[in-house]
Amino acid sequence: MARKFISGNDAVAEGVRLARPHVISAYPITPQTIVVERLSDFCEDGSLKAIYMHVESEHSALAAAMGVSSVGARAFTATSSQGLLYMAENLPYASGARMPIVMMNANRALATPWNIYGDQMDSMFLLNAGWIQVYVEDAQEALDMMIQSYKIAEDPRVMTPFMVNLDGFVLTHTYEVVDVPEQELVDAYLPPLKLAENMMSLEAPKSLCITAGNNFNMEFKIKQNEEMNASTAIIAEVDASFAEVFGRKYHGLLEAIACDDAEVILITTGSVAGTSRMIIEEYRNKGHKVGLIKLRYLRPFPTEALAKVLKDAKAVGVVDKNISFGYEGTIFTNVNSAILQSGLTPKVHNFICGLGGRDVTKENIREMFDALLSSAAGDSCEKIHYMNVRCAL
Amino acid sequence: MNKPKMKSFTEPKTVTDYPLGATCPSDHITSINAGWRTYRPVIDQEKCVLCMRCFLVCPDGVIDKSSDRLEIDYDFCKGCGVCAYECKPKAIKMVKEAEFNG
Repeated sequence: MARKFISGNDAVAEGVRLARPHVISAYPITPQTIVVERLSDFCEDGSLKAIYMHVESEHSALAAAMGVSSVGARAFTATSSQGLLYMAENLPYASGARMPIVMMNANRALATPWNIYGDQMDSMFLLNAGWIQVYVEDAQEALDMMIQSYKIAEDPRVMTPFMVNLDGFVLTHTYEVVDVPEQELVDAYLPPLKLAENMMSLEAPKSLCITAGNNFNMEFKIKQNEEMNASTAIIAEVDASFAEVFGRKYHGLLEAIACDDAEVILITTGSVAGTSRMIIEEYRNKGHKVGLIKLRYLRPFPTEALAKVLKDAKAVGVVDKNISFGYEGTIFTNVNSAILQSGLTPKVHNFICGLGGRDVTKENIREMFDALLSSAAGDSCEKIHYMNVRCAL
Repeated sequence: MNKPKMKSFTEPKTVTDYPLGATCPSDHITSINAGWRTYRPVIDQEKCVLCMRCFLVCPDGVIDKSSDRLEIDYDFCKGCGVCAYECKPKAIKMVKEAEFNG
């Protein structure tokens, strides 16, 4: 094992090299560019025996990855923001065809106004694309998820494409000390992809991506949904087996921090979870019963796991680095549905922050916990809070 | 004529039994597909000179020469009329389907 001082993007590239994809098809876009630059270097210097395909767009990048996957080879692509949306048409194509492609997405704002910095508007846009979506907290988790993602996506019970999301700049460009596992360990953990039922075979040729009209279409979609829901078990299974081999675990669908006796719980994704860990410690030391959930997976959505952790909470806050215009933050909507389905009745608050790369500071997290504590104490409190806003609303 | 082989399709009993991804074994057809045809191309064998122009232009590949004459597979012909339009000796006529179905 080597310890390296590298950025989140470097960590993704190291993780991809260890996972040994056969083909990388990607188009550079800020803040993902370093990932594809490094992978291109690795292909050039021979440390990754893969074909690096120069494609003319993100749409072509995923189309090429689908071609790779459909013959049983391992495919990787990476994108961000406008690039992800340009790729959008192919996302449900890949998931409906059940191709275990892995994609890194550097979470970045969407135009207009034009902006290259981090928020989660891009991946939220594609929550319905049929891809598994995980959000990582730091560079180490980014590297480890490159290995876990192939393991989960290629499981015969899952066979679903996988999107690994890193907060643009905050994670992609921040340097951290990262453990890079030995290749032999990864090879043993992640054997080559086996030719699956939905892949082309020269011995028994198949028609791929066939038509299914109103007579059979619905059953295909139900199957896809049922098997995506069932992947929650495989996600937990892989996290556990990964911990046995590599010594690091991420608690599957979500991580609950100090939630056992918590009266208020803040739900976060990505790098904001890291900042919130420090505030949890600070507030606990002051005697406040506060808890934190690091929501890792948004699809499949961990309804049961969430309900278990939230069952005694008086107030629940959801951090959203996105807005679904005309409504609220998208994660808030999803969490509210899970709460309602589980028969829970906490007060719920949405903290919308970090749009277009606006900082989410420790002070902002304190403000969130203060609002939740006052709401739990019975004070009336806004449902939607915009954090770190520079002018009056 | 060399018609495509029809194979019966066994409908999966449960959602789990549906194929993974939208795939199926190649080279088989499970149902005929000609329901929306309003005009049927009919070849006048006396006029046909076997130039094969219709064979080449048919978008659905339903014109076949497996004997000494050209034949049209009406199970898959959509009635587009390209063959009749392109036929130089005017050997193909588009005839209303109603005349065949009474």
